[in-house]
Amino acid sequence: MLQEVVYCGVCTFPPEYCEFTGKLKRCKVWLKENHSDLYEKLYGDEEVGDKEVSGVAKNLADSSIGEEREEKLEKDLKRLQTKQENREQRELAKKLSSKVVIKREARTKRKFIVAISGLEVFEVDMKKLAKTFASKFATGCSVSKNAEKKDEVVIQGDVLEEVQKHIKGMLEEKGLKDVKMEIIDSAKKKKQPEGAEGAPATNGKK
Amino acid sequence: MFRKFTKEDIHSRSKVKSSVQRNLKSKLVSQFPQLEEVIDELIQKKSQIELIKCEDKIQLYTVDGEVYFFQQFDELIPTLKLIHKYPQAFPTIQVDRGAIKFVLSGANIMCPGLTSPGARLPETPGYEKDSIIIINAENKEHALAVGKLLMSTDDIASINKGHGVEMIHHLGDPLWNFNID
Repeated sequence: MLQEVVYCGVCTFPPEYCEFTGKLKRCKVWLKENHSDLYEKLYGDEEVGDKEVSGVAKNLADSSIGEEREEKLEKDLKRLQTKQENREQRELAKKLSSKVVIKREARTKRKFIVAISGLEVFEVDMKKLAKTFASKFATGCSVSKNAEKKDEVVIQGDVLEEVQKHIKGMLEEKGLKDVKMEIIDSAKKKKQPEGAEGAPATNGKK
Repeated sequence: MFRKFTKEDIHSRSKVKSSVQRNLKSKLVSQFPQLEEVIDELIQKKSQIELIKCEDKIQLYTVDGEVYFFQQFDELIPTLKLIHKYPQAFPTIQVDRGAIKFVLSGANIMCPGLTSPGARLPETPGYEKDSIIIINAENKEHALAVGKLLMSTDDIASINKGHGVEMIHHLGDPLWNFNID
């Protein structure tokens, strides 16, 4: 008895309302891939013949609000779509131009913390990320404000490389490749005995 | 009602006892009698209802992770997720195509949008003032909003001016995009 409703994967609306969200192009692609039968039903006639004209004409045929208003609506929707597209582009550009900063700092002798900042642009839930790191590395992990009053994830322990990998994977999953990552390693590693400052430190400990 | 609604507005979350769950179900049925035949399917006995208390005394009820209905005062209001599953059970009105855009941006519905040729109002006696109705659109299959009548449907047809329906919840509002975890 209950209906199962398909929701668009792009704009979350039932597909028939996609045209009002300004993301129509992407919605169409999604629908075609995932529910081709629905796609046929909604946009099927547009494929045949001249795209634009038949689309408008079809809407006009089964709409009752009159030619003038329909045209205006169509125009408004187009404008909305361009606006939305521009916004998306801007956001993408912003995402690509921003960078993630991963910092390793020394606490006491052999203790380190890793702080990650600059993630807020990518719509990452910081608290959730902190929780995943905490359980993944079995350490303490929290969200706190850094010197610039921005949120950052602070992880207790020397997990710089793992974190780097994880974040890269996470961003790629979101479809963002080649996001700049800045690694600041303010503490020297114990592993490298060579190097100007590294050697004396290790010697000292022995 | 959900112009602004974020995680910060949540005050508490708690699981609902099975006895309370029974009460809720019977209340839903009493408000929307036609739900009776599917209520056990909608809210299965084993499913866990969660109560989320929010700002402004709004209470959301989630069933297995999806918000199905909510209440501010005494009345239970279904969300679109629930409505889409069984739209027959709710009183429905229809707006014309020109109004969809405004409804989706959260406007109250004006009378002319309900009386034009593409719209549809129930025949007399129609629905009372203050009743909860779902809003459908011309040539569309699914509902796009939930509202409350500011005047009875007969009045809407005869007066045909001003606000007809108060917007409560529409596609794309923060409640629609709300994710409980």
